[in-house]
This record gives sequence, C-alpha cells and structure tokens, in this order.
Amino acid sequence: MARILSKRPLTPVTTLFVVDAPLIAAAARPGQFVIVRVHEDGERIPLTIADYDGGRGEITIVVQAVGVTTRLLGALNEGDEILDLVGPLGTAPEIAAGGHVVGVGGGFGAAALLCLMRDLTERGEKTTAIVGAREKDLLILTDELGAVCGGLELCTDDGSAGFKGFVTERLQQLIDGDGPGRPDRVVAIGPMPMMRAVADTTRAAGIETLVSMDPLMIDGTGMCGGCRVTVGTEVKFACVDGPFFDAHNVDFNEAVRRNKMYIDLEHDAAERQATACQRAAGGA
Amino acid sequence: MPVKRSDKTPMPERDAGLRAHDFLEVNEGFDMQRAMFEAERCLRCQDAICVEGCPVRIPIPDFIHAIAKGDISEAASILRSANPLPAICGRVCPQESQCEERCHMNNRFNAAAIGHLERFVADWERGQPANGGAPKPWRDEKIAIVGSGPAGLVCAGQLADMGYRVTVFEALHAAGGVLRYGIPEFRLPNSVLDWEIDVLRQRGVEIVTNVIVGKTIALDDLLENMGYAAIFIGTGAGLPKFLGIPGENLNGVFSANEFLTRINLMRAYESAADTPMKVGKRVAVIGSGNTAMDTVRSSLRMGAEQGLIVYRRSETEMTARIEEYHHAIEEGVEFHWLTNPIEVLGNDEGWVTGLKCQVMELGEPDESGRARPVPVAGSEFVIPVDNVVLSIGTTPNPLLLSSTTGLETDQWGCLVADHESGRTTRARIYAGGDIVTGAATVILAAGAGKNAAETIHRDLSAAGEAAGP
Repeated sequence: MARILSKRPLTPVTTLFVVDAPLIAAAARPGQFVIVRVHEDGERIPLTIADYDGGRGEITIVVQAVGVTTRLLGALNEGDEILDLVGPLGTAPEIAAGGHVVGVGGGFGAAALLCLMRDLTERGEKTTAIVGAREKDLLILTDELGAVCGGLELCTDDGSAGFKGFVTERLQQLIDGDGPGRPDRVVAIGPMPMMRAVADTTRAAGIETLVSMDPLMIDGTGMCGGCRVTVGTEVKFACVDGPFFDAHNVDFNEAVRRNKMYIDLEHDAAERQATACQRAAGGA
Repeated sequence: MPVKRSDKTPMPERDAGLRAHDFLEVNEGFDMQRAMFEAERCLRCQDAICVEGCPVRIPIPDFIHAIAKGDISEAASILRSANPLPAICGRVCPQESQCEERCHMNNRFNAAAIGHLERFVADWERGQPANGGAPKPWRDEKIAIVGSGPAGLVCAGQLADMGYRVTVFEALHAAGGVLRYGIPEFRLPNSVLDWEIDVLRQRGVEIVTNVIVGKTIALDDLLENMGYAAIFIGTGAGLPKFLGIPGENLNGVFSANEFLTRINLMRAYESAADTPMKVGKRVAVIGSGNTAMDTVRSSLRMGAEQGLIVYRRSETEMTARIEEYHHAIEEGVEFHWLTNPIEVLGNDEGWVTGLKCQVMELGEPDESGRARPVPVAGSEFVIPVDNVVLSIGTTPNPLLLSSTTGLETDQWGCLVADHESGRTTRARIYAGGDIVTGAATVILAAGAGKNAAETIHRDLSAAGEAAGP
C-alpha cells in the first residue's frame, strides 16, 4: 500500500499524484518506472516516475485516464492508498556527457522528462525540452520543466501557445540551427506515433536518439516477456533492458501492433466500467 | 471399495469432460477410508529407501503408519517436521521418479501412493482449527529471504522454527513465486497455497510483497544498513526462453510464463478480473514439461477447442509428471511428437495463423543422453493455430545478480552455491532452488531451502560462539 500525499489535476484527463514511497524514492533514477495495481481484481500497469525525492521519501507519477486502471487511479484522492506500488523498474538511460541534449515530450510524456532533464542539467549538460500538445490547456508541467531545463520550447497544434505545429517540426528547426540550436542527443518520451516521428526526424540528421518504449507488461521484472521489443536484430525486454532504446533501430510497426493486442477487450472493459459507474450513481 | 490391495488405490478425479472447461481441482483427494486402506499397503520397510528419494527426507513409513492407525494428527506432525509445504508437495511432486520409484512394492505390484497420502494428511490438517500463533522469535538475528517461492518459503519456515526473525521479500503483489503465477488452480488451488503461507505467518514469518531486492533495496543494504545477519536467495528461474524463430513476436504468441501469469496470478479467467486474455480456438504449446501440460490444459479451460503439444523429441523424452500427461490425454490434448517448430505464421494484421513445423527423427544420443532429434529433409508442414505458447524452459533472472557484486554465476547464469550447504561465494549470503540449479522441481527447491536454513543456523551459531558472550 502506498498513500497518496497530494493530487493535482493537470488537464481534464491528466492527474499528478505525489505518493509516499520511501524505498522507491531512495532507489529511483531518471527514466525508471513503477507498476501499480489499484484493486484486488485489478491489472498491473507500468507508469513512468515523473519525479522523485529520496529525502522526502516521495515519488511523483502522472496518470492519463485512458483505460480501466488509469481511470480508477485518476479517481483516487489525497489520503487514499494505492493497493500495490512496486519499483523502481527498468534502467536509467545512458546519455554521454557533453553536448546539447534535447528532450521531446508529447502529451503526458512531458512529465517523464522532468527528473531526466533535471539530472542532465545538474550534471552540466546544455538542455532543452520541446513539449507539445493539441492546445495550450493540454500542455502540462511547463513551469516545472522550464525550471529544470536550459530552454523550454512549447508547441501546440492550434498555435494557442508557443510554436504552432508538431514537436517534430520545431525539432527540425532546432536541427537547422534555430533557437537553442542543433541537438547532439535527443530523448523522446510520448505517444508511439510521436516517438516514431522524432526517430524519423533525427535519423535523417544523424542525431543519436533514445525513445522510452511503453509496451504491455505484467510483472516488470523480466518474467513474462510480454514487453518484447525488436531493436535492430535483437529482441529486448523493455522492462529490464529498457525502457530506453535506440530510436533508429526500434521496430515501431511491431511495437504499435503489439500494443493494440487487447484493444477490443480494453474497449469492452471500459464500457463495463462506465455501466457499473452509472449503476452505482443511479443506486446512490 | 472394489480395489485389490496389490494395486495402488486410485485417486478420485473429476470427469475429464467436465473439468477440462473449468479451473476446479482435478484430483478430489482420498477420504479416510481410502487413505487407511492405502496406508496398509505400505510395507514399513526397515531400510525405507523411499526416504532416500525424498529431497526433504520425510520419514515416509512413519507418517503412513500413523495414517494406518487412524492417527492423522500424528501423521501431520511427522510430515510437517520434515516438509513445511506438504499440501503443495503432495499435489505437485514427481513422486514416480522420487519416493514412489524406490518403493519395494514396485517389485511385484505398484508403489504405495505416498504423494496422495501426503496430500490427504495435509488437507486433513487444513480442516483443523489453527493452533493460535507461534512463540515469538527468541533469537536476535534477523534473516532476509529473497523470493517467496518454494525454496524461500521452506527456508523461512525452518528458520522461524529455530527462533530467528525472518522476513521474506517478494517482488510480486502476492506471495508464492512459481506456485502462485505458474501452477494452475486445477492442480494447486490458490486456497491451498494461501493456507500454507498463513501457516508460515503464524509461525512468525513476515512476508513483504512489492519489494524487488536488487531494485527497491540493494542486497548489500540488507546486510549493511538494515541489520540482517544473513540472506537466503531463492529467486528462481523466472526468465522465459524463446526459440528465436521468425514470427515469435506476432500477436498471439506468448511465453508460458506470460500465459500462465495472466491466468493464475492475475486470474484472467474470472469475469471480474481487469487483466485481459485472448485465447483462440487452436492453441499450440511448444514443449513437453509440466509447464507445457499446465499451459495446454489451461488453454482448454480458457475456451480453446483444440490444445496441442508440439515437441521435437518423442514421448519417451517427455519431461512432464506422468499424472499430468495422463490428465492431458483424458482432457483431449493432441500430442505432436517429433515435430519441430521452425516459424510462426501470421496474417496481415500481425496475428498468428499457423505454426510451420518439420518432422524429426531420432538420431544418436546427445550430451543429455537423450536421442538427438534430426530434421527429416523436405518434411515441412503447417499446423493452423491461433496461439503459440513457448514452454521451452526458463533461466535464472539476472535482475538481482547483475546488481550485486561478488556473487559468482556459471555459464548458464545460475548462481554458484554449494548444493548441500547453500553457501555462495560471499559470506552471509546463501542460495538454493532454481536460481542455483536452473529450472527444476518444487521439492528440490524446498530441499535446498531446508538445507540452507540448517547451514545458516550452524554458521550463525558458530559466529556467535567465536564472538563470545
């Protein structure tokens, strides 16, 4: 059990939780994740650790309500307990020293950049974060990110904040020398299509790029093998070998296909959940 | 009961046609009458060579004699003194290659049903009221057990009985290790496992779930900062092997670990469970061990119309318990012997449609002593299937070992430890079970846990004496 210390809605579907987890907070490194389960019949889902504070014994997670578990989690409040919370899992990315590191965050993936960019800035790297969303109100944690990065580039599809266009378009401008200038290394965290687009953008420019893969997984310790990702000629387990892999060698087609394996069942489960909620509301 | 004393008393089983569609236990267990009848078949041999076949050295004739006298309470205490997990071992041990293989009754008839009797006694005990808590630990030393599978649980139980303060750290949200995520409900009900774990808790063992030693806490932290006097590592062999054939990452291909974990740990077969599971009409399971049998039989219970075992060797080289094999045949599992999978085929959406195989024939013995399967040229054919599950073995999980210095591993990734004492290459760290031997049986792991507990006690006692009062 892990107690929720505070809750902060970031967008209508995205929520930030600070959770009491002293052992995880003390052991965590940037880019690692936890696995949570929220009720006795619940599934296990991985969530990136957005931030951690070993001294205070707290970790921060950001949850986007997209499935049964994330909706249940999003409905929890300060003082509630998360039934199961385990981690930190996965391996922190190895980013060589020196040069300009650009972190690209799409949607709620921007949260995952937080401790990663802070760590890089603190060790003296030149850092820039490019974060994007459909519109201004859907951009998250921009103040926090701005505080831990050398530069922050906002992008919105409708131009309501920052650059009007996709993160990859802004990234291309940086590659071409605009703003904070050409990256030497790129780390992308976000939806699969965004990470694939970033990979395509930097491949052409020959810039070393890591992506944080989020395949389906159960245990998170290498036991189930459900999180297989093909990287070049090798099959990797994202839970232990990743989640960061060389973007230019990841088989995105396979990764996208594997993530959709249960999409129909997930849809059914969401409908069951909605019906159950309506029933509960009606009975109350 | 119309049974000849020369024959082993048959285990009552649920009808194959019914049981193949639900997860209720297949074996129904002996009643008192059957148990006493079967107990009378034991010859109470002076040499008791059956005991030599038991990795935890249960005094087999003694507990069976107690059953014959009708004193099941006595039988239970004899059993439990040697084996902290009798309800589990009575169900899952390969008795036919251990105690029962050595039984003198085999000379003329067939062996005493030692496993069935063990289960009978443990199940009787389970029906008795709990005996109200164990004495508090009377020793100061704390022992950490890493992993709550059979090796860890047995080691924990033995050490608690010796008065140590024992904490078991488990990575998953529920204790039991492979007993929880691997062995299905129809063979080992969760209620039985829960009960065995409760007994350990009553004996003073503390179990902490959701802690991954090597990730959440470093192994060395346990020794240096958390005050543990010794550590037993029983993290098992949990890493699934894949074949490396084309198509293995298609949708609908699983490791047996994933397939069984979704069902057993996450209870995907229950309508209330959120964990999704998709089982098609035809499921091919590659392998022939107990896990392969568990997987193919689970697939039938999940709604598959056809469950197939695909194995590159023959029936003779099959490694499953004979009872599981018979149960699988009764439930309608198809066996494709001497059939080597070479490619998983899929459709345009990336879902499995078939398994391409080649016919094998047996050649000269290989390094394992078994006849080497050799492909027959031009024999490729396709079995249409919706799912492929790989049950070709597991290797030790490197998670803990890769994050800890000074522990030696062998070429197979197994932790180097003395098989008798459990001592590793580092002081105060002991190990046993599949992490040391590679994937083996529940009872061998239990035996290793028991041996290590005795070594830990000896070593700590010696260190205490050396340090003086």
